[in-house]
Amino acid sequence: MVVRTPAWKRYNWRIIWLSLLYCAFLLPAVYGFKHHLIPGGLRYVAAVLPALPIVGLFIAMGRYLVEEQDEYVRMLRVREMLWAMGFTLSCATIWGFLDGFGLVGRADGYWIVILWYFGQAVGAIANRLTLGTSGG
Amino acid sequence: MENRLRLLRAERNWSQQALAERLEVSRQSVNAIETGKYDPSLPLAFRIAELFERPIEEIFVSPSTRSSKAI
Repeated sequence: MVVRTPAWKRYNWRIIWLSLLYCAFLLPAVYGFKHHLIPGGLRYVAAVLPALPIVGLFIAMGRYLVEEQDEYVRMLRVREMLWAMGFTLSCATIWGFLDGFGLVGRADGYWIVILWYFGQAVGAIANRLTLGTSGG
Repeated sequence: MENRLRLLRAERNWSQQALAERLEVSRQSVNAIETGKYDPSLPLAFRIAELFERPIEEIFVSPSTRSSKAI
């Protein structure tokens, strides 16, 4: 459970809207590519559009840190994000070396975002273990 | 940082939630400060001091004072 500060509520609303926007861009792009409906240069636009709401997620995280008035809760969230960054970079580096030596296959780049969110969960557990709370 | 926040709060019969509302922070923040798991920023420390009408050093124990006593 997370402390529901006003900034956290705004952050969640932004995440919901960005997720809806992601679906609105992704589904037509998948359909269009599958049925070869998108011509020439527009394919680049259709491919990049679903990525923009994901970029928006990171901007929303930054806005949240700026807007959060509760300094303790903000510290907890920053710690989670630092864990997420370390976790994601570590996984990407290890995978990169495994890939370099031909032991694993190539991974799609968007897995980075999924790893990031998993890393935040790791950070929440770390907060719980070291500070006795994950902000709930 | 060691502090007397819990004592001062108890003197007024305030719950952690009541104190948190007066300070405009979360209950978790009050709990973390009371248990010494989190040191508040200077602005928040001043808000606490002003709320209890005490100087900051009467609420928060300076780490250097504490270590010199130990010596």
